[in-house]
Amino acid sequence: MSGLKEIPENKPDDDNTLSHSPKTAMILSIIFAGLGQLYNKRYVKGILFIIFEIAFIVCFGSFISTGLWGITTLGTIPGTDHSIFLLVYGIISIILIVFAIAFYVFNIFDARKQAKVIAEGHQLPKMMEAFRSSYDKSFPYLLTGPGLILLTFTVVFPLLFAVTLAFTNYDLYNSPPRHLVDWVGFDNFINLFTVPLWKNTFFSVFSWTIVWTLVATTCQIALGLFLALLANDKRVKFKKLIRTILILPWAVPGFVSILVFAAMFNDQFGTINRNILIPLFGGNGLPWLTDPLYTRILLIMLQTWLAYPFLFALFSGVLQSISDEWYEAAEIDGATRWQKFKNITLPHVLFATAPLLIIQYTGNFNNFNIIYLLNNGGPAVSGQSAGGTDILISWVYKLTFEMNNYSIAAAISLIIGLFVSIFAIFQFRRTRSFREEGQI
Amino acid sequence: MSRKLKSGLELVAIYAVFAFMAVIIIYPLVWAVGMSLNAGTSLYSSTIIPKEWSLVHYKWLFTDPNSNYLTWYKNSMIVSSVSAVVSVLATSLVAYAFSRYKFVGRTTGLYTFLILQMFPVMMAMVALYILLSLVGLLNTLSGLIIIYVGGQIPFNAWLVKGYLDTIPKDLDEAAKIDGAGHLTVFVKIVMPLAKPILGVIALTNFMGPLFDFILPSIILRSPEKYTLAVGLFNFVNDKFSNNFTRFSAGAILIAVPVSLVYLYLQKFLISGLTGGGTKG
Repeated sequence: MSGLKEIPENKPDDDNTLSHSPKTAMILSIIFAGLGQLYNKRYVKGILFIIFEIAFIVCFGSFISTGLWGITTLGTIPGTDHSIFLLVYGIISIILIVFAIAFYVFNIFDARKQAKVIAEGHQLPKMMEAFRSSYDKSFPYLLTGPGLILLTFTVVFPLLFAVTLAFTNYDLYNSPPRHLVDWVGFDNFINLFTVPLWKNTFFSVFSWTIVWTLVATTCQIALGLFLALLANDKRVKFKKLIRTILILPWAVPGFVSILVFAAMFNDQFGTINRNILIPLFGGNGLPWLTDPLYTRILLIMLQTWLAYPFLFALFSGVLQSISDEWYEAAEIDGATRWQKFKNITLPHVLFATAPLLIIQYTGNFNNFNIIYLLNNGGPAVSGQSAGGTDILISWVYKLTFEMNNYSIAAAISLIIGLFVSIFAIFQFRRTRSFREEGQI
Repeated sequence: MSRKLKSGLELVAIYAVFAFMAVIIIYPLVWAVGMSLNAGTSLYSSTIIPKEWSLVHYKWLFTDPNSNYLTWYKNSMIVSSVSAVVSVLATSLVAYAFSRYKFVGRTTGLYTFLILQMFPVMMAMVALYILLSLVGLLNTLSGLIIIYVGGQIPFNAWLVKGYLDTIPKDLDEAAKIDGAGHLTVFVKIVMPLAKPILGVIALTNFMGPLFDFILPSIILRSPEKYTLAVGLFNFVNDKFSNNFTRFSAGAILIAVPVSLVYLYLQKFLISGLTGGGTKG
């Protein structure tokens, strides 16, 4: 919609309007933001734009030039130049430049559009109307503005920083201020796949991450569905009590449950070995937290315990919404219970919950908490830099905060991010709600 | 086998499954409560039914001069409630714009949100630490809150937008014809209808920070700034003074109210989520 009120029967005010050139307005705006607007006689807007540009240059000019120098060189004098801060300044400068370019492009097109309208002989709108229409047009930007600025600094900036780190040699031995950090291109990625220590660790951690994601998530979904089906059975009584008990693990904070389980499964002092397994079966109990295989089994059982209630509650709601007519019709046709489940229940449930199920898988792929809290990724395994139950994300944590190998950690997290995004986008595209997003 | 007998056996099997589940759900919880009532501090000497009943750990949390428990509780409440309120505000504004307006960058924005939420938060930790230290917000609760609020936007904006899309647009158009401005439509018409999903956002953004320990343990440095999760984690994580019984006492005092709230709100939570996220 045009910001100008179009009154076709109105004659041009004077001959000047016909010679008003959009090109001139554009060129003026390219030379300095706001000049084109002044030429279009939109004085308030023009002056505001000029003030914006001057303020931007004054406030950020020297910061941006330092930042751009910093991000290209990462500093030149060890001990004085702090490479990581220079990198941060550089990224912030680039973000500021992107904002500035967006504003500048808007300014140029705005000048052209208005000049065109004037050249076509339409009357200039009154001040108030102009304000009103620009308020209408900019309202969505006002709504999203604060959120987007926050998002830029708390999500976009950190991600850009991590991405750039992946291409540097920032680690314990190359850490500022004493040493400079350098750009190393794809070296970290190449090392990850060629140096034996890195390669072996990466592939063993990666394969356990995949097994963990698939098995744990599938177990929690299957148990949730199974219990929902049982609790939905018409013959079962005390439904309310049963539901409340089954949902308890969801209600208790996961943080607390995991630490409680870690103590219960402690090899020497834990109640599971001491009070249940040894009295019942004798022996020395099972090495829950010292043998990688047992720790892995324990993790999958725990995750199932922690996460099935959410799915149970979700599926219960869906099951109640399936009309009885479906089942009655199937019964008339003589369908077995399995056929009814496979052809009526399962499609209904999966159709209604698909996006949330995908989130369960991606969530477990990056489920740092349970791995870290139960046993800190341990037990340790010889010949690799990750513990026996470390998944990629907890390995990244160890590399960053325990071994200070920032650049390899960043490279691995970049791989994780790409992997999860590709999987999720591929899955989301197949769901209906995503395909409709283009339209309002 | 008669049909009735078969049905009866099935029912017994179903109840047996529930009974089994009840045991493995309730045992750990009762065990944790039992631990907190033991007098000693070591895991080995403590039993699920204490030999010596004692409230000594609870007393320690509240009265010992070395205990920061009440400060942590207060810090956690501040961080959680402020994050919840600000998140609801910021997210609903963004989601409303994406649901109702056509503007340059709308589709790109939606795709960007989807991709942004896929990247692990861990990736951002180092940068967030440096950023907060640059602006002087390291070791402050406000720094923590800002990160929580910003970080939840991509995921929750999708969730809320999905829900808002299900509210008929005729309603806002009718109000606009009656002369309501953009803000009036938003505050008076759309927001009241979106209460269920906003409730979900408020709840998840209250509970998330309450039990997150990794971000606060990186950002908060001094014990009197800790949130509950960091403080409690240090009780069990400290290699030299591992104190599980004290941890369970402290954890129970926060877990019980939280569990009651969840049990009370779970229906509401599920209906909010399925309204927005499960259009299929």
